[in-house]
Amino acid sequence: MKSLAELQAIKDKMKDKVILREGTGDMRVVVGMATCGIAAGARPVLNALVEEVNKEGLNGKVTVSQTGCIGICQFEPVVEVFEAGKEKVTYVKMTAEKAKEVVEKHLKGGRVITEYTLKDENL
Amino acid sequence: MKELSLNILDITENSVKAGASLTEITLTETPETLTITIKDDGCGMSEDTVKSVIDPFYTTRTTRKVGMGIPLLKLASEQTGGNFEISSSDSPEDHGTLVRASFNKKHIDFTPLGDIVSTITTLIQGHPDTDFLFTHTFGDAAVSLDTRELRQVLEDVPLDTYEVIKWIEENLKEQYAEAIPSV
Repeated sequence: MKSLAELQAIKDKMKDKVILREGTGDMRVVVGMATCGIAAGARPVLNALVEEVNKEGLNGKVTVSQTGCIGICQFEPVVEVFEAGKEKVTYVKMTAEKAKEVVEKHLKGGRVITEYTLKDENL
Repeated sequence: MKELSLNILDITENSVKAGASLTEITLTETPETLTITIKDDGCGMSEDTVKSVIDPFYTTRTTRKVGMGIPLLKLASEQTGGNFEISSSDSPEDHGTLVRASFNKKHIDFTPLGDIVSTITTLIQGHPDTDFLFTHTFGDAAVSLDTRELRQVLEDVPLDTYEVIKWIEENLKEQYAEAIPSV
């Protein structure tokens, strides 16, 4: 059983890292988690992002967070990527699979996957 | 919504948005019925607002922030012959909202609960600074998680730390395997 003692061990291990983590995080990934996003499948997308960011060792650089309705419900699940000094990237109609790809190619590799982004002509 | 656990995620987001410091998610199951209760100590709503959130046609224009979430849960419950209730108070001394939906599990239109563990971890990941008390009872068996207890152990390590979220996920899965082998 995952005991509180194990949680204590995690705490002891993470304590130093937490201090390190603050001040970094220059990339922010936001998932729309309002009724529209949740109904369209945002929960597995969010979980895939959290999982892959950790797997790729990007925890210090990338923050994954949740927000309400972004306003383009027909394109949910929507994932936005904010990076200092760059224009916001909006990925639409996301799936857990596409999310993994975004972590690998965009968050890690620095290349925006334009075929998944919102196009002006869609609006 | 494909799973009731997604409705629970959606409704609990309202509690967090209402500034709740503690949100209690309680599932009570029997072989025939399921009751979902979501109770928060957030800012609450006025009597008029409570009435309006149940009606999707009224709410779309006037209280857009509330929207379709409540009507969807109400529908999911009532289509199984279950009951739905919402009560709220915005008085400064005692404020908060309670949403309760009951379901007839044997009804053909019953939506399965789905991945409730994922809903709980998603809520904690997204809102590490608010507390959740999750309880799921099935007869004598029970699964529970109280983030206030975890916070005591973790001290200043945030609840949305990856390792902590994984611990919560595994802990809940193990509790389910032990308490409710059939789920």
